Amino acid sequence: MPFKIAIASGKGGTGKTTFAVNLYWFLANKYSSSIKLVDCDVEEPNDIIFFPEAEIKEEKVVFQDIPEIVLKQCTFCRKCAEYCEFNAIVVIPPARFAEVNKSLCHSCGACLEACNDNAIKEKKEPIGSINYYRINRGNGIKEGILKIGSVMQTMMIRELKKSVSSNNEIIIFDAPPGTSCPVVETVADADYVILVTEPTPFGLYDLQLSVDLLNDMKKPFGVIINKAGMGDDQVYNYLKEEGLTLLGEIPFSREYAVKYAKGELLNDIPDIIDENFRIIAGELENRLIQYEGNNYFKW
Amino acid sequence: MKEITILSGKGGTGKTSITAALASVAEHAVLCDSDVDAADLHLLLHPQKKEEYTFSGGWIVQIDQAKCSLCKTCLELCRYGAIHYSRDGQLEINPFQCEGCRLCEKKCPANAITSIRNNNNYWYVSETRFGIMVHAKMSPGEENSGKLVSRIRIRAREIATDDNLQYIINDGPPGIGCTAISSLTGSHAVLMVTEPTKSGLHNLKRLVELIAGFSIPAYAVINKYDIDLELSSEIESYLKDNTIPLLEKIPFTPDVIKAMIEGKTITEYKPDSEITKCIKKIWEMIK
Repeated sequence: MPFKIAIASGKGGTGKTTFAVNLYWFLANKYSSSIKLVDCDVEEPNDIIFFPEAEIKEEKVVFQDIPEIVLKQCTFCRKCAEYCEFNAIVVIPPARFAEVNKSLCHSCGACLEACNDNAIKEKKEPIGSINYYRINRGNGIKEGILKIGSVMQTMMIRELKKSVSSNNEIIIFDAPPGTSCPVVETVADADYVILVTEPTPFGLYDLQLSVDLLNDMKKPFGVIINKAGMGDDQVYNYLKEEGLTLLGEIPFSREYAVKYAKGELLNDIPDIIDENFRIIAGELENRLIQYEGNNYFKW
Repeated sequence: MKEITILSGKGGTGKTSITAALASVAEHAVLCDSDVDAADLHLLLHPQKKEEYTFSGGWIVQIDQAKCSLCKTCLELCRYGAIHYSRDGQLEINPFQCEGCRLCEKKCPANAITSIRNNNNYWYVSETRFGIMVHAKMSPGEENSGKLVSRIRIRAREIATDDNLQYIINDGPPGIGCTAISSLTGSHAVLMVTEPTKSGLHNLKRLVELIAGFSIPAYAVINKYDIDLELSSEIESYLKDNTIPLLEKIPFTPDVIKAMIEGKTITEYKPDSEITKCIKKIWEMIK
């Protein structure tokens, strides 16, 4: 079984992608070439920007099963509407009207179970695609990309993760920002979570929300402080008071921000960044050994 | 009444700092924090809560082991793979994978499955030094965040109508998924906050496409434009090609973080700065 690491943060723009891309690169070069990066920020996937030489190898469209009511067979009994917890079905018997609202449907299949008249059929609707890119280190990148206007980001993440082979020693999941269902889906089967924060009041507050979520989910995790030196000490004090693991820091540098801007993170990595990743990888390796053979974190 | 929603696609471009600054220069506005996932606006506006409401989120579904006959009906019906065998061979539901469709509950022959509502979500109407603010605190892992956004926006509109206020300033979430869509629907204008990075531009393009589907007028500001002048001009020409007005280019300054640490808006922290002038200009143009 692969060791799965999820990179998350409550606040957007703290450096999840920068960290995930660098971690992939560092581990692929120095630890194991059997590693895959999975971009689960399906609303705005950006990992691939940092690998200009990446070559697309596969593109697969993902579909959602949307029920359709066959009016000819429908008796307008409303049982499907009563079964639907998402208020996605409208049935008006006097008007002989029955319809599914696509944007509210969660494809749970309850209406099919409810219907005794064989009047509901499922139809496939595209919600996005899964792209696989080969790069010259490691096993490459998979990204999910949500169709614009679709609200099915959680299903997209689930399908993306299902498509990743377990023939990798290490899998890195780059999560979307926030603390709601898409984040839960991303970290659900992770063996270890890395929270990337920044030393600012916004960074701290959103870190606390993420810590609450991971504690609820009983996930082991560590924290990275990105853009260190930019703000104040509150995040450090919080980590100390709560006894949370600080895995490492990445110093704020305007020069590095410019490299990020241009998508050139992985060209001439500054020594100080490389050294910080060496420390972080060492910390991760210690945890890998610690958790091996122990499945208490598994679902 | 005019509702202006601030979005960015990419996170961390400065939506909340700019929203708070706009709130400080706007008059007759209701403020609304629609980034219910990671709400930060209160850290700058320090709201005094006047009204508190609970919001019914998703269902918490459980199997009563004493009644369960292990027939596996639920396991076979669940499309989310949320039902698992525990170590001692019992069936149980992982609350983080369950979407609350309750099909298992309806189909269980032993009536062993029950659900209760998660009522651990709150929303508030508060007072701030810049006017009334509507905001929320969501329980971690909640699946109904889009509905919560719709709920607080309805209240913001009611307040604007009752108090005869002309504007709603609505701080949106990152991304283009369900909460972004919930924040967007019915807005009168969108202010897109972008930054001169490849990711910023990539995400801006996806956001523009989303907004176009709603036919809402969109305006842009480039925040921290001087981080990369080349990419800034690339964004400028993209905006021009798509006839999106660029209201202002805001320079990068560590003062924004310093203001945040003091719990102030940038306009309060540096009232005579270049950036305060930018904010005033943006408000004059978008209001």
